[in-house]
Amino acid sequence: MTELVIAVIFKSIIAFAVPLLVVPPLIWGERRLLGRIQSRLGPNRVGPFGAFQTLADAVKLLGKEDMIPAGADRALFILAPFLLLVPSFMAWSVVPVGTELHIFGRVIGLYATDLNVGVLYIVALTSVAVYGIVMAGWASNSKYALLGSLRSSAQMISYEIMLGIALVGVVVLAGSLSLPEIVRQQQVPFAIPLIIGAFVFVCAALAETNRAPFDLPEAETELVSGYHVEYSGWRFSFFFLSEYANMLLASFLVSAVFLGGGWPAQFLEPYIGHLFTTLLAVGIMMSKVFLFLFIYFWIRATLPRFRYDQMMNFCWKVLLPLGLLNLAVATVLKLTIYA
Amino acid sequence: MATVEIERIAGEDDSGLILNMGPQHPSTHGVLRVVLKMDGEYIEEAVPIIGYLHRGTEKIAESETYTQILGYTDRMDYTAAASSNLGWLVAVETLAGIEVPERAQWLRCIVGELGRLAGHLVWIGTHALDIGAMSVFLYAFRARERVLELFEELCGARMTHSVMRPGGFLEEPREPFYEKLESSLDYFIKEINQFDKLLSKNDLWLGRTVDVGVISGDDAIAMGLSGACLRGSGVEWDIRKAEPYAAYDKVEFDIPTGTGKGDVYSRYLLRLEEMRQSVRIMRQVIEHLPPGPVMTDDARVARPDTPRLYTDMEAMINHFWMYIHGFPVPRGETYVAIEAPKGELGFYVVSDGSGKPYRMHVRSPSFVNLQSLPYLVKGRLLADVVSVIGSIDIVLGEIDR
Repeated sequence: MTELVIAVIFKSIIAFAVPLLVVPPLIWGERRLLGRIQSRLGPNRVGPFGAFQTLADAVKLLGKEDMIPAGADRALFILAPFLLLVPSFMAWSVVPVGTELHIFGRVIGLYATDLNVGVLYIVALTSVAVYGIVMAGWASNSKYALLGSLRSSAQMISYEIMLGIALVGVVVLAGSLSLPEIVRQQQVPFAIPLIIGAFVFVCAALAETNRAPFDLPEAETELVSGYHVEYSGWRFSFFFLSEYANMLLASFLVSAVFLGGGWPAQFLEPYIGHLFTTLLAVGIMMSKVFLFLFIYFWIRATLPRFRYDQMMNFCWKVLLPLGLLNLAVATVLKLTIYA
Repeated sequence: MATVEIERIAGEDDSGLILNMGPQHPSTHGVLRVVLKMDGEYIEEAVPIIGYLHRGTEKIAESETYTQILGYTDRMDYTAAASSNLGWLVAVETLAGIEVPERAQWLRCIVGELGRLAGHLVWIGTHALDIGAMSVFLYAFRARERVLELFEELCGARMTHSVMRPGGFLEEPREPFYEKLESSLDYFIKEINQFDKLLSKNDLWLGRTVDVGVISGDDAIAMGLSGACLRGSGVEWDIRKAEPYAAYDKVEFDIPTGTGKGDVYSRYLLRLEEMRQSVRIMRQVIEHLPPGPVMTDDARVARPDTPRLYTDMEAMINHFWMYIHGFPVPRGETYVAIEAPKGELGFYVVSDGSGKPYRMHVRSPSFVNLQSLPYLVKGRLLADVVSVIGSIDIVLGEIDR
C-alpha cells in the first residue's frame, strides 16, 4: 500500500514536472528554429547556444512590477491567469507517455492515472481555459483585450467541437475513452484509417492552442497581443506557460491517439525483451511529439494568418463536414474491419 | 480637427465601439493613428489622423539653399530616399534650366530604381508581416540589405544618401559599384521569385487579399491616387512613361497593372512585378551607360575644380558664394513630378531669384493615397485595416513632412 502511494505521488510529480521542465527548452527551441528558418541567429548569448535564454526571460518576468491597470476588475484580473494555467496542468494527469512497464514483479503505468473517461476529461479541461481568456479580456478594461477575448472565446468554443468530433471517431474504433487503452488498441495507428480525423484534429489543435495560422486572439499586428495585452510580469508568464503547455499537450495527444504512441515498438517485444521495448516505445513516442512540435513551429514561420470570418468559415464549413465524414468512416470500419 | 472628426463618428448617442489604433500600434507603419468606429469586428467608419511626425520640412526649406534642401528630402520617404532626392533635383533643374549630362541621366535611373527596390522591399516585408507571414519580413530585409550595400558602395551612406546634386552627381561612382550591381541583379530576381512562391498562390494569402479594399479606376482617379494604388485598378499611368525624366525614355519597361481589380492582391502583384521591371531597367542602364562627365559644366552649380580654388580668385569667390548663398535660380515657379515607389511625388517650387526657394510644397504620394483608407475599409473587418494600410504603402515621414 505504501509503495502504491509512493508510486502515485512520484507519478503525480512527474506529470506536473513534465510541462514545467519541457516548456522552457521548447520555447528556446522554437526561437532557434524560427531563427534558422528566417536566416537569422535566434537567442545565442545566454548559456551554450543560448539555451538558458528562457530561464533569463523568466527571471526578468518575475522581477517585474506586478501591475494591475486602473479600472480593471481586480478579482477577475487576478483569477484569469490561474484559470488558464491550472487546467492545462491538470490535463497532464491522464496523458500517457507509454503503456505499462512490468518491473520488479509489479506493473507501473507510464501515466499518472488511467482515467476511464480520459478523453472526456481532457476535452472538459480545455473548455475551462476559455473562461480564463474571457475573464482576462473583460477584466483588463481594454478594448484590444476585449476584442481579443471575444475572438478567442468564439474560436475556442468552435474548435473544441471539432476537436471532440475528431476524437469521437477514435473512440468509436478503440471502444474506450481511456487514453492508455486507445494507445494499446492501435495495431495500426489510427491516423491511417482515420486520416481525415487526424487532419481535423491537427487543425483544431492548432486553433485550440491559439497558434499560427489561427493566432487571431493575440494577432500581434491587429490586436497588438489580444487578451493578455494588459498583463505583465509573472501574470503574463502564466499565459505564456499555459500556451506552451497546451501545445505540448496537443502534441502528446496527437501522438498517443492518432500515431499509436510507441508504435511499432510493441512488435519487437519477442526479440528485445520487455524493458527495452518499453524504453524504445517511450523514445518513439517522444520523437513523434517533437516531430509534431516541429510542424507547429514550421507552420508558424510559413503561413499568413486567417481572418476572423474565414477562420469561422473554415471551422464550420470545412472541418465540421470532414469531422462528420470521419465519424461515418470510423463507424463503417468498426462494423467491418475492426469488428 | 481630429477631435471634431472623432466626435462626429462617435455620434450623439455614443453607440458602437470607438477603437483607437495607433500612433503606437505595430502595424500602422510608423505613427499613423486611425480612429475606428466598430460594430463588433466590422468597421463602420475610419478616420486617419496624421501629424505625429511633422517636422516642418516645407517651412525649413524656405531658409535653406537648394542644395541643402536635398538632405531634407532624404527624410521624407526614408525607405527610398533616392527617389525623393531625384524628385527634388528634377524640379530644381527644371526651374533653373540646368542641363544634366547624359551619363548622369542614365546613372540617375540606377539610383532611382535602387530606391524603388529598397522601398518595395520594405513594403513587401511589412505588408506580409501585417498579414502574419513573418518569415517574408526577414527575407525582404535580407534582400534590402543588398540594396543598402550597393548604396554604401556608391556613396558611403545606406539610408539617407543624397548622392546626387543639382546638375548631376557629386562624383563618378567607383568601379566596384558597377561590378557589385551587376552581380546583384540576379540575386534580386531570385529573392523576388521567392516572395512570389511563398505568397502569390497561398490560399491564406489569397483569402486575406483578394477582393479586399477594392477601388475602381474611376474612383481612384477621382481621389487623386497615384502609383501602385492607381495602377492596381487597371489604369496604366506611370510618370516614367507619361512625362519621362532622367533617361527613362531611353529604356524599355512595362507598366504592370496586377489583376486590374483594384484590390489588395492586385496591388501586391503589380509591386512584385515592378521590382522585376526595376531590375530590367538597371540591366539596360548597365549595358548602355554612355561615357562622359557625371556633373554639368554649368558654372552656376558645378563646383570649381580644387586646384583652381587655390589659384583662381574668381573660382574661389564662385565657390564661396555657391556654398553660402546657394546658386541663384531665376524668378518663377514650377511643378515637377516623378514616379516615386509610392506614387506621384511632386515638388512645387517658387523662386524669387535668390539662392533659396521662396516656397516649396511637396505633393507626397502617401499623403494623397492615405485619404482612400476610410473608403477602402468601410464595412470590412478589423483585420482588413492592416492589410489595406499595408497595400496603400504609406511612409509617415512623407505624409507629415
